[in-house]
Amino acid sequence: MAKMTYIKAITSGLDQVLGDDPKTLIFGEDVGKNGGVFRTTVDLQDKYGEDRVFDTPLAESGILGLAIGLSLTGWRPIPEIQFMGFTFEAMDGIVGQLARDHYRFGGQKNFPVTVRTPFGGGTHTAEMHADNLENYFTSTPGLRVVTPSNPYDAKGLVISAVESDDPVLFMENLKLYRSMKDEVPDEKYTVPLDSAKVVREGTDITIVAYSAEVNEALTAADTLAKDNISAEVIDLRSLSPIDTDTIFASVDKTHKVVIVQEAQRMAGVGAVVASDIAEEKIMSLDAPIGRVAAPDSVYPFAQAENDWIPNSDDIEAKAREIFNY
Amino acid sequence: MANGSKQIVDFAKIKATMADPYKHPVQVIDREGKVVDPDTLAKYSDDQLVDFMKKMVWERTLHEQTMNFSRQGRLGFYAPTAGEEASEMGSVSAFKEQDFLLPAYRDLPQMIQHGTTVAKGFLWSKGHVEGNQHENPNMLFPQIIIGAQYVETAGVALGIKKNKDEDRVAFAYTGDGGTSQGDWYEGVNFASAYQAPAVFFVQNNGWAISVPRRKQTAAETLAQKAVAMGVPSVQVDGMDIIAVHEVAEAAREYAAAGNGPVVIETLTYRFGAHSSAGDDPSRYRTKEEEKPWFDADPLIRFRKVLSDKGLWSQADEDKLVDQYKDEFKEAMKEAEAAPAQKVSDFLKWTYNVPTPAVKKQIAEFEAKESK
Repeated sequence: MAKMTYIKAITSGLDQVLGDDPKTLIFGEDVGKNGGVFRTTVDLQDKYGEDRVFDTPLAESGILGLAIGLSLTGWRPIPEIQFMGFTFEAMDGIVGQLARDHYRFGGQKNFPVTVRTPFGGGTHTAEMHADNLENYFTSTPGLRVVTPSNPYDAKGLVISAVESDDPVLFMENLKLYRSMKDEVPDEKYTVPLDSAKVVREGTDITIVAYSAEVNEALTAADTLAKDNISAEVIDLRSLSPIDTDTIFASVDKTHKVVIVQEAQRMAGVGAVVASDIAEEKIMSLDAPIGRVAAPDSVYPFAQAENDWIPNSDDIEAKAREIFNY
Repeated sequence: MANGSKQIVDFAKIKATMADPYKHPVQVIDREGKVVDPDTLAKYSDDQLVDFMKKMVWERTLHEQTMNFSRQGRLGFYAPTAGEEASEMGSVSAFKEQDFLLPAYRDLPQMIQHGTTVAKGFLWSKGHVEGNQHENPNMLFPQIIIGAQYVETAGVALGIKKNKDEDRVAFAYTGDGGTSQGDWYEGVNFASAYQAPAVFFVQNNGWAISVPRRKQTAAETLAQKAVAMGVPSVQVDGMDIIAVHEVAEAAREYAAAGNGPVVIETLTYRFGAHSSAGDDPSRYRTKEEEKPWFDADPLIRFRKVLSDKGLWSQADEDKLVDQYKDEFKEAMKEAEAAPAQKVSDFLKWTYNVPTPAVKKQIAEFEAKESK
């Protein structure tokens, strides 16, 4: 077992699926010789050849068209959209076509496409590079949306995504790419596509988070522990579907919950989680559901983004408020 | 730039001459029914010529029968095809069963010719999943968002190339309005960048619902748009079935041989409304505009050629029309007998592996449906 960064873990997972299944294809802008602008696909073209790992012209809708057409001819496409903000150019491809195609055929054809795309704030990117846009996709029937918060899950989830016969949007957090290292097995393993994980056990309050906010939640939990507040932290991992069983079990234990997202409050994975809890577990709650989210402005200019993105202090404060309710 | 001095580049001249290679649409039979390219026509046997005519009569009868069905409320969305028989039958007949067809909504006749049934076409129009399940798996359902079929065609063509399939191409249709979509350019360009075997048809029928062709672009022809993508293209008289077929066959052969994609613009006309759902062409076009196109009816033209050869008579045609009408009525009965659809099935088809929420909803709907 080696220590690996989040990005290396993704590369390792992609290497594995390319090696295992000759029908897998990686394509996108700059993914070939350059290995992607972040080097996520580095060396894969050398290893598997230009037939399997190739550059596309600069057009995201075209990239999704390729993915759908390649699925129709027996391939298992892994397109990259260079930044999640650019998925707007492929909205019809992902939402209007890909997510609906299995249904349109009455289940007779599969579209086993994994769309990989980096997102997330805090790295002072240019505009349209950092937004959390998951809400556009989690409201799309037929599409799975997953996002890992650590290197181990990154590798296991990307392998599961590619092996799934359902289309999957695989969101890679920019800030996490090189900021954390984990023990990651060299061999193949999978992390299920539809399960959340309790990443820290606790008894007093549940904090539900995903992607980079999981680390913020863990930091908040450390601080809360100093005051003998025992926080349980759940990493959603899958944003569509949401693993409500894991969340409900935790709520039944702690009776208090705070839901964290980096996206604007109006943009709703946290709202969906809150509504699920309210619908099924309201009698189990001893306090209102707390939410931590970015404010409802357009994504901020880069210089001020750290004032805008929810951090561990925000989570800690909200958790104290709900705990003391 | 000093006054009066000669400019380094003459944009006016470039603009005035850029459509020059496209000034003469391919034609074998002119609008009066005169054979202007007898050598090409001579390549076809009498049986083949009669078969082309039968296909056009079939499509015209299908059009008329579907308009009747629409008036009776027995069809859903349906795009009339009268006027486009030469363009549609001439082109689709150049392709083989293994070729992959990516149609738009006015292309049900080509789908049926490519390997599905009239009943399936009706089921698609009526909004039934079986209308998307065809005997020949080498086709997609009609695309509704204009342009998406073009980018997907590039993908299918690249897949064919990567599979090293012999003698196989992807072919797609859109209309004149479709060439304004970004996806149109992306699709043609991607196919070109990968030199993938695709044949792209633009059926220029003059109208994108109510917007005339001239308002889509200042380009003199739509075919010339392909030049920018490094793709050879041609304009063909879309009311001349032999010309369309010849061009389509040449394009298929060229693409299948590994030379990359081709774009074909057929000059045709939509005799009827945009769709059966309340469009009224008298709101946006005049009888004066329509008349010359009605006179250029591809059936009138080809009927004359065949009659001159003694291969066709009105009696032959009347008999065929009756036969086709009966077939279409039978197909409608078959479509109307399709099993009722269930919401629980819609849920089952949404994912391969249903999510927990979807599983729960399947159970809820199955309970309702079993009552």
